[in-house]
Amino acid sequence: MNVHDLDPVILSLITFTPLAGAILLLFLPRRDREIRWFSLGISLLAFVASLHLPVHFHRAEPGFQFELDKAWIPTPNIHYHLGVDGVSLWLAVLTTFLTPLCVLISWRSVNERVKEFFILLLVLETALIGVFVSLDLFLFYFFWEATLIPMALLIGMYGHGRKIYAAVKFFLYTMIASMFMLAAILWLYAKTGTFDFIALQRAAQAGQIPDFPSAAGWLFLGFFVAFAVKVPLFPFHTWLPDAHVEAPTAGSVLLAGVLLKMGTYGMLRFNLGLFPLQARANAGWISVLALIGIIYGALVAMIQPNLKKLIAYSSVSHLGFVVLGIFSFTAAGLSGATFVMLAHGVSTGGLFMLAGLLYERRHTYEIREYGGLATPMPVYSATFMVVMLASVGLPLLNGFIGEFLVLSGAFQSRPLFGILGATGVIWSACYLLWMYQRVFFGQVRNAVNAGLLDIDGRERTALWPTAVAALVMGVAPLLWLNSIEPSIHSMLVPFTQVASKVVGQ
Amino acid sequence: MTLLLLQAAPDLPRAADYLRILPELVLCVFAMVIMVIDPLLDEKSSQRTLSTIGLIGALAALAATLPQAHSPGFAFWSMVKVDAFSIFFHILITAIAAVVILMSYEYMATQQIRAGEYYSLILLGAVGMCLMSSAVELVLIFIALEISSISTYVLAGFRRRAAISSEASVKYFLLGSFATAFFLYGVALMFGATGSTSISVIAQSLRAENTSTLAFAGIALMFVGLGFKVAAAPFHIWTPDVYEGAPAPVVALMSTGPKAAVFAVLLRVLFEINAPGRLGLIWVTAALSMTLGNLSALVQHNVKRLLAYSSIAHAGYLMMAYAALPANGIPAVMFYTATYAAMNVGAFAIVSHLAGAGERYVTIEDYAGLGRRSPLLAAALSIFLLSLIGIPMTGGFFAKFYVFSAAFQNSLTGLVIIGVLNSAIGAYYYLRLLVVMYMKEGGQEIPIAPTPLALHAALAISIAATLYLGILPGRVIEFASQSVRDLTQ
Repeated sequence: MNVHDLDPVILSLITFTPLAGAILLLFLPRRDREIRWFSLGISLLAFVASLHLPVHFHRAEPGFQFELDKAWIPTPNIHYHLGVDGVSLWLAVLTTFLTPLCVLISWRSVNERVKEFFILLLVLETALIGVFVSLDLFLFYFFWEATLIPMALLIGMYGHGRKIYAAVKFFLYTMIASMFMLAAILWLYAKTGTFDFIALQRAAQAGQIPDFPSAAGWLFLGFFVAFAVKVPLFPFHTWLPDAHVEAPTAGSVLLAGVLLKMGTYGMLRFNLGLFPLQARANAGWISVLALIGIIYGALVAMIQPNLKKLIAYSSVSHLGFVVLGIFSFTAAGLSGATFVMLAHGVSTGGLFMLAGLLYERRHTYEIREYGGLATPMPVYSATFMVVMLASVGLPLLNGFIGEFLVLSGAFQSRPLFGILGATGVIWSACYLLWMYQRVFFGQVRNAVNAGLLDIDGRERTALWPTAVAALVMGVAPLLWLNSIEPSIHSMLVPFTQVASKVVGQ
Repeated sequence: MTLLLLQAAPDLPRAADYLRILPELVLCVFAMVIMVIDPLLDEKSSQRTLSTIGLIGALAALAATLPQAHSPGFAFWSMVKVDAFSIFFHILITAIAAVVILMSYEYMATQQIRAGEYYSLILLGAVGMCLMSSAVELVLIFIALEISSISTYVLAGFRRRAAISSEASVKYFLLGSFATAFFLYGVALMFGATGSTSISVIAQSLRAENTSTLAFAGIALMFVGLGFKVAAAPFHIWTPDVYEGAPAPVVALMSTGPKAAVFAVLLRVLFEINAPGRLGLIWVTAALSMTLGNLSALVQHNVKRLLAYSSIAHAGYLMMAYAALPANGIPAVMFYTATYAAMNVGAFAIVSHLAGAGERYVTIEDYAGLGRRSPLLAAALSIFLLSLIGIPMTGGFFAKFYVFSAAFQNSLTGLVIIGVLNSAIGAYYYLRLLVVMYMKEGGQEIPIAPTPLALHAALAISIAATLYLGILPGRVIEFASQSVRDLTQ
């Protein structure tokens, strides 16, 4: 059997392996040890299967690959249409990469209702992968909403503190916002009779959708609101700190690592893909919001006394870069935005895992409780250092490449935005390094901390892949960029056309 | 009236006529068998025997829809019409009756109510509901409506020792009779306006001449009567009290079965007659029902009352489809009634199981910690609640989807926006129940009885239907689309 025989089904295989695992788990006896190993095996299986994608992806080709298009429901005309391009390919792999680490990191911290926890985690993985590989708007919406329930339950059942408040807030914010997207999707369907992304894009570009010019502004906003809440773009970000602080570690990792990227991915794919004119028209205020997010997120992160909240606000700041890059409409900006998505997923996922390990030992995220941890926990501190520096954007680590590209893209479109955005890099160095200093350097002030155990083998297995990935992505970004760029260029074709039209007039 | 019938009916009924009401006949026979056997049995063995006979009766009626479906056409002097449309509702109603009987057995045993006529009343109620869906003559519709209503009036008061149940029964009876009187008045005015009570004749004569005020009034009065039965605002006041007082399995029945049947009648009255001036009526009713239902549900503590308000809200969503064009609206209504039946019967099956003797545990707080103590029941209830919210992969999503897109295609953007906002409000109170089940721990733990086999079966059927309609809605919606032709020649 040729491996290429797998090409049409590989995406379904990756997407539904975790779900199949979750269903099997349902029938397994409640023996926590076996359940953990089983979940680890399933998530690793999905990861290994997902490696098929980058290995067999034709990097120079811009279009969708590994496509599968089957009629699913006749009325409404819904297709089971999957496919990935250079952007969604890596986001899917990011999801499968982070999930086994989430399983490992939850090994000991989840002791109650273990079975339910891993079922929810695996269901969440399926939904997340589904979001990135769907090319049918309905299917996309379905997976989009499907991520909500397991995530809200993970926060509400396994979180800390005001977990119920956080879970409900998370659910309602994102659910209400996505209603607007649903309305926009329904409008498109009512006018065209199809949910197929590729067909809709073609029809929109050819001007074949009736009433499209007059409605497109509203449709753009309908999609945009749903994505902006998910990103979260300032001022829609208030659910994020609550959700992060109360979520269990694995929840935070997937929330920051993958869930937020659904929003930026959505902007890239749908806001830019379907409504290029409107995207250009609205780019100004969106970029301003993104800049506010970058600077405000960084400033708020700086004064956080809570380690996890600090990382959460740093996400607001970093995702601002992504939005800034997307709405610069330059090849560098868009490639950079995609790269920041991946880099942020790896490094912030790593940071949340590190914070979670500290919480397991001390049951607090308060920064002032710590200090001088480098002495009792040298390996932990070194790992933290690498991942933190990746997040800061140190050259040779993954954060640098993406932010550099985004900023150069922003400079090309509007120099002022580039300058303001660049301050964000400085801010992130400030709050992360200051935090690192307070937590790790100096004398051990709190006697309890002196006896803290360094990370063990399992914890290293969970952490080091993120550190290694941060390094590899920083040293050899072309491995990623050479498949991202062709897709980005094809996304930008309508924009260059628009630009030349404007110039022609 | 009699004269008309005689003129149109020179012959005696033929054999095919009986075939076309076969499910109703089967239900009648089994209902009478139960009543005859009941006095011969002692109280202990009567529960099991009678419920088994009732179940067999409902299933036999379900099977009888097959020969019925093979002989479509008119029966009994064009008073009954068997087509894809009525078959759809026959299957739905007999299935609801079967599932309700499955969940009743345990309930009646726990509440220590002598079953007796309970099961035969369910079957007789189903007779009325089935007949409503196939009757094409207003007087027959009225009779069918009464058969179904009177059975449910009695059933609502079946917790004889609970005052609240008798109150529910009396309230339901008084207000219900009032509403049926409205309906009958509307029929009379329609007869005055067009000279007939046959739906097709009325449709023809309304098409032929200018619509008289009398016909308008007739439609409006019929709408009031039917609106009461489906608990659409502003005729919904009775719903929460009755749902709270009536036995939980009976609520499962009356929130789905008679509703589905009355929605079927409304389809015939509004679409087949092509009722003049219906748009405004429906717009207001739909918007009011959704908004009042959802807002009131937000503050409920009793799960049964919460589901009552939720059912008002769902009647509102459903009403939206009546403002759409027939080609989209009719299948949307049919799909919605089926989905709503699946998820609501399922939800009430769990409510009635947890309620315990005397229905003591019916507040939201009683559900705290259910996710830990009874993961299966909690998971099942979650599926129904998610479907009621309208989360994809469950039937509730497609139900809303078809209704909203039908309304969209008739340019009812305002109504769709109200509907979408309401779905968001609705998400909150269903979510509250989910949150309590999974994320709160009970102060005092309510006893959870082991689930008997019959309840497992009832839940399995409801879950399977909810998920089937959510994942593969294609076949059902196509079957429903066939009936567009039946209603709009």
